[in-house]
Amino acid sequence: MQIAIASGKGGTGKTTVATNLAAYFSRTGMDVSLIDCDVEEPNAHFFLTPQWKDEKKETVPVPRIDHDKCLGEECRKCIELCRFNALIWMVDAVLEFPELCHGCGLCTIACPASAIEESTRSLGISRVGQKDSISLYSGLLRIGEAMAPPLIKKVKQRALTEHPAPDVRLIDCPPGATCPVVEALEGSDAAILVTEPTPFGLHDLRIAVELLRKMEVPFGVVINRAGMGDDRVHDYLKEENIALLGELPHSMEAASSYSEGKLLIEQVPGYEKVISQIAQNIQNMAKSTR
Amino acid sequence: MKQIVIISGKGGTGKTSITAALAGAGPHKVLADCDVDAADLHLILSPEINLKEKFHSGFTATIDLDKCIQCGQCREHCRFDAISPEFTVIREKCEGCGACEFVCPSEAATMQDRMCGYQFVSNTRFGTMVHAALGIGEENSGKLVTSVRREAKAIAEAEKAKFVLVDGSPGIGCPVIASLADIDICILVAEPTVSAIHDLKRVHELAGHFKTPCMCILNKCGINPALEQELEQYCAANSIVLLGKFQYDLDFTKAQLHRQTVVEYDPEKFGPIIDGIWNEINQYFRQMEE
Repeated sequence: MQIAIASGKGGTGKTTVATNLAAYFSRTGMDVSLIDCDVEEPNAHFFLTPQWKDEKKETVPVPRIDHDKCLGEECRKCIELCRFNALIWMVDAVLEFPELCHGCGLCTIACPASAIEESTRSLGISRVGQKDSISLYSGLLRIGEAMAPPLIKKVKQRALTEHPAPDVRLIDCPPGATCPVVEALEGSDAAILVTEPTPFGLHDLRIAVELLRKMEVPFGVVINRAGMGDDRVHDYLKEENIALLGELPHSMEAASSYSEGKLLIEQVPGYEKVISQIAQNIQNMAKSTR
Repeated sequence: MKQIVIISGKGGTGKTSITAALAGAGPHKVLADCDVDAADLHLILSPEINLKEKFHSGFTATIDLDKCIQCGQCREHCRFDAISPEFTVIREKCEGCGACEFVCPSEAATMQDRMCGYQFVSNTRFGTMVHAALGIGEENSGKLVTSVRREAKAIAEAEKAKFVLVDGSPGIGCPVIASLADIDICILVAEPTVSAIHDLKRVHELAGHFKTPCMCILNKCGINPALEQELEQYCAANSIVLLGKFQYDLDFTKAQLHRQTVVEYDPEKFGPIIDGIWNEINQYFRQMEE
């Protein structure tokens, strides 16, 4: 069973829900795999404090020109074909800009002189850690690297290969509703959208709902910091016939527990019940669609 | 004309609320919402849209199934798994590289311009605002950020505005990199949580890559005094000017509910803090000019 946790916007409590659910499932004796797909700013490890076991450098292929074989100015096929401007003609040679390269490999297959070999550009790292029965997979994008989706893909692939059949696999998605989220959501049986009862929360929830409907992944909503705003999110869920999976009440205690990187189910009375309720609801949703 | 960007690394730190409040301080500005993934500034500034333009970036492949001979060359060479077993293009995964077009023996695969969303120029009570709405599941392209910023800069020059105020995106990837290019100062909004401190350090390192001077605003003070102190020490140790502090305050949410900036919502409480921050920024620019 694969469950994704997403939200239109950052800071709504995605990681809070993902890590607390992981801890809850682990307590019930399940073998859990949690994939933190926010490779730009991964945070799940603060709450789960895993023992990191293995760290791997991750790369994407980029072209390297063999200037002895290159046909030079009269050819320039690679430059014409590259849609990312990763190859240009400089004075008397083809010059590579690896940071602009998407790693599509078109230049390599198109070169008539087989003058292009592939080298690599570093994306960052992927790593795996263990806490109780939870395997945590996460990535850390190299500072200055612009493309997050290839690293998300690597982290996910790694988790799927190394831990192919957990009882439950949780995916902590990056914020937003753009391509990195699509990458993270893929293959999920159900999704949890986390929001907060504020105008910003509602606006971004609507966008996330649109994405989930487009991707045809069944989903429900968790309201975090319930009570801090107004009823507009509740009204929206009713109008749109969207399941409310549970509500985590707003409290100062929860805010400071989060600030320290602690799990709510261990620190704040009453939260364990809500998390278990969310766990039940989302499991039922995932099963019913299988 | 000076360009100021507000970023945070992590979402939900209060970046947009603070950007909106700063929009109302000091002289007339041009505003740019570059959190194109979860654009929320318009929810406070209620812009009147004057201009709506389609935004095109990159390409998408299409496969003409009448011409397709199902040879599988395109699937074999596509490194992004963007071609389904039925030989249709999965739009969310297509990078628009053109490898399929190149290898297709029957000219069934062709490349089309990609419409990714809309860009707007609007009037607000604090000045002209440039913003955008990215299509669902589209690439959260730095190109859209660059386009929004270019337009904002051109308008500022035409209007002889002294400042462009940019609401940046979360993370450290492509959109943030595009938010940081050619900026005069970068304001980091931080909250005293372990996650936010981690993310702040990463985004500060990224700003260092661009040699952009950084200043900092602390939000949600009071939830964790020890971490607040750690943030202050980090700023001091890294020569980051601490511009001001906000207490953890539900009035941030209440102001949102009223579509107001925090200063409009409670001028007595928030006015002096925002004015203080603006004066510091202004003083910095005056010193630079001397």
